[in-house]
Amino acid sequence: MEAADQEKILSVINEQFDGEIIESGMVRDFFTIVLKKEKIVEIIRHLYHHAETEFQFLTTLCGIHFPDQNQMAVMYQLHNLKTNKRVRLKIFMPDDKPEVNTLTTVFPAANWMERETFDFFGIIFSGHPNLKRILNVEEMTIHPLRKEYPLEDQSREDKKDFMFGR
Amino acid sequence: MTEAQDKIAPTPAGEKQYSYLNLGPTHPATHGIFQNVLKMDGEVIVESTPTIGYIHRAFEKLAERRPLYQITPITDRLNYCSAPINNIGWHMTVEKLLGVEIPKRVQYLRVIIMELARITDHLICNAVIGVDTGALTGFVYLFQQRELVYEIYEEICGARLTSNIGRIGGFERDFTPKAWEKINRFLKEFPEVLKEFEGLLNRNRIFMDRTIGSGGITAEKALSYSFTGPNLRAAGVDYDVRAMNPYSSYEDFEFIIPVGKNGDVYDRFMVRQEEMWQSLSIIKQAIEKLPEGPHHGNVPDFYLPPKEQVYNNMEALIYHFKIVMGETDIPPGEVYHSVEGANGELGFYLISDGGRTPYRLHFRRPCFIFYQAYPEIIKGSMLSDAILTMSSMNVIAGELDA
Repeated sequence: MEAADQEKILSVINEQFDGEIIESGMVRDFFTIVLKKEKIVEIIRHLYHHAETEFQFLTTLCGIHFPDQNQMAVMYQLHNLKTNKRVRLKIFMPDDKPEVNTLTTVFPAANWMERETFDFFGIIFSGHPNLKRILNVEEMTIHPLRKEYPLEDQSREDKKDFMFGR
Repeated sequence: MTEAQDKIAPTPAGEKQYSYLNLGPTHPATHGIFQNVLKMDGEVIVESTPTIGYIHRAFEKLAERRPLYQITPITDRLNYCSAPINNIGWHMTVEKLLGVEIPKRVQYLRVIIMELARITDHLICNAVIGVDTGALTGFVYLFQQRELVYEIYEEICGARLTSNIGRIGGFERDFTPKAWEKINRFLKEFPEVLKEFEGLLNRNRIFMDRTIGSGGITAEKALSYSFTGPNLRAAGVDYDVRAMNPYSSYEDFEFIIPVGKNGDVYDRFMVRQEEMWQSLSIIKQAIEKLPEGPHHGNVPDFYLPPKEQVYNNMEALIYHFKIVMGETDIPPGEVYHSVEGANGELGFYLISDGGRTPYRLHFRRPCFIFYQAYPEIIKGSMLSDAILTMSSMNVIAGELDA
């Protein structure tokens, strides 16, 4: 993305939500903005309606867990289909009680994406109309994509790293 | 017991009563494992509650423990009707992360494979629309053509349905003369069959009456639900990843993006039908322009050395072992790559922390995203239209549940 376009997006956010941007920059070919989590939904709504950005298509949304920093992230990818500009927004929150407002008020498509993120990471999307597990069974007590959840049986010795010289 | 089933309690006298119908999870008409609890007023659907996840296999978690090559078979099982698109999309994501230059010939060969896969996927979907409207002939007839494509895959990579095709950097070998022969045979035979299939359904009065106006969605609604692929184009929005963000040299080819108007079953059917013709034309262009060159890029860390060298050369043997066991570290980084899958934008969001496996891999699965609009689309329609709507949206259980 051109530097002028990046500036434009940043100024659109800054004109109404000053001090919300933590950092921004190109990650490979994708312009990424890290924001504070409190006003994320208002910012996305602003980007949706503002004539200069018009990010009116939610490509995807997902969670990421960083246990070393005790952080949980949510990544939103927005797309302006008219000008073919894309932006990735990220928010971070502590992983012991992750909570963020729901995006379903802006994009109905966020409904299942947020349910999936809740299902796998335990992130509470407050205000969500139907925040239930979606792919896993409802009786499940853990959130499987969190890093502390082991993928394989931990009692197995034959798959430990030292067996492979790692 | 789902919530809707709990509601089946005796209602006080005089109150309007609804009946509840459990459609699925295993019902022959849903073509996959989908459950919908329908609240019915006679034969009209008042409300529907979908339950998904019956074949959830935790792909995103599995990918965190697997080296790159072991993730390719996982992607096969997303949209298994067009597995090569998923495989090649994944390889391209990795190549983007590694920053590898891919030879033109490989890009063109990939285009040929991906368009063949798109044809098979659309072919199944459209044939099934025919089945659900009571026309079984086309289905049986088109499956012969699908078989021809699967034989092409077989010649190229040895597998058929879950193809695991190609490698990071290119293909395991160049297309053999036998493969070209099979491709040419398909290109010769398929147009006639497709034309005949169109003759059966496209302007068939019964089929048109049955499909026009049922299961429709407006462009605004489709966009707000993040529709992509033929379903969005049927609603009148010409968003196609191949044209918008070309990958694998799609910018070299001329093709039309067909769009519909009403987003109903008939429009979806027609969009797919036209896309098959466009795919055929892209394949022909790719064969015509096919440049000479190597069949793989220069990726020694991830592309297996030739077999003769592995047996006769120590270094090659070591590399072979390292690649097969996934002992090569991936450079740290974060990439998103999307391809135009057969039913929408298939995206791979890959975060690497420099280990041998991805730190996080997220699949943007088009089915999962647009299937949530299904209850809204079928609201107020007849039960038989609901079945038809589902098959025309091309919801694939494997992709839906990851």
